[in-house]
Amino acid sequence: MVEFTLPKNSKITEGKTWPRTQHATHVSEFRIYRWNPDDGQNPSVDTYYVDRDDCGPMVLDALIWIKNNVDPTLTFRRSCREGVCGSCAMNIDGTNTLACTKAIDEARAPVRIYPLPHQPVVKDLVPDLNNFYAQYASIEPWLQTTTPAPEKEWKQSYADRAKLDGMYECILCACCSTSCPSYWWNSDRYLGPAALLQANRWVQDSRDEATGARLDNLEDPFRLYRCHTIMNCSKACPKGLNPAKEIAELKKALVDRQL
Amino acid sequence: MQRPRPLSPHLQIYKPMLTMMMSIVHRVTGAALYFGMLLLAWWLIAAAAGPNAYANVEWFMGSLIGQLVLFGYTWALLHHMLGGIRHLIWDTIHGFEPAERELLTLATLIGSIALTLILWVVGYLVMGGPR
Repeated sequence: MVEFTLPKNSKITEGKTWPRTQHATHVSEFRIYRWNPDDGQNPSVDTYYVDRDDCGPMVLDALIWIKNNVDPTLTFRRSCREGVCGSCAMNIDGTNTLACTKAIDEARAPVRIYPLPHQPVVKDLVPDLNNFYAQYASIEPWLQTTTPAPEKEWKQSYADRAKLDGMYECILCACCSTSCPSYWWNSDRYLGPAALLQANRWVQDSRDEATGARLDNLEDPFRLYRCHTIMNCSKACPKGLNPAKEIAELKKALVDRQL
Repeated sequence: MQRPRPLSPHLQIYKPMLTMMMSIVHRVTGAALYFGMLLLAWWLIAAAAGPNAYANVEWFMGSLIGQLVLFGYTWALLHHMLGGIRHLIWDTIHGFEPAERELLTLATLIGSIALTLILWVVGYLVMGGPR
């Protein structure tokens, strides 16, 4: 449901300003969303100062620097630090992206960091993505066939394989889905750009034999058609994919099969 | 027991994107058109009802506020129409590349403002404005 304001327990209060390190000459300011499940307080935004001469170039480097040097309680997900795993997805300077591939100098100062928008917060920058993963599972992201399995492998022409370009690269970081206002208001029923891009990945796969059932599952006023081509998804994708376009392809596939 | 989790901020912190703002404007103009239709209906009913009722409509439409409302209605109608054409183009899976989608969106904004101005300037020149 549409709700423009945050619930009472989610209103952001002013947080703490952490001390600067002595003798640092090149300093960047960071404003970071904090919420601790154990202290009974509302979320707040803390201010940190990062010594850039002692820190790598990316926003993730700064977060790790803060955790190591200023505040060990700062909580965030990270793993590969090279844009492959999708763990460090968060809202940086107003848009969703990966902290590891976003340069500090690309963001306006002070650098504002929030968890992925409109999600339940587990702690600090860690959102609860259970609903997101459940929606991905609901599109049954695996090859489905009725013909007997071939002796070796399911074959595909180069041209058919090329149809999956722009979709197989998705790392399910949730940047796109949580950037979408439609998903904010209707994530209980609308699948969101990431799950729909994945749905199209299987609809377009020449080896898959469940195309009809997959499209049946999407023919729903909410699951697919809550997409209003707002385009935040395609602008947010840190892998340069185009979920809005893949969703348009699904809508077209649903029309095409009526004709 | 676990405390209920807060909801992370959304509209409050998301950078306003052109396509996102124009999507909102498309909604708002769509809603405004309902009121525009009421104006249109009032005009038609008055025309059917007789000269006295029609004179009232004419007086209101000719007043400064009436002209402003009509001007806004013209823009809302044109903007919503161009937005509809933009969505039709997107439905054919064209105009999705980064530069194209910005251009299309900007074109509906500039186009609707330009068409509204042209329509009103021509209207005043041809009909000599409100009588």
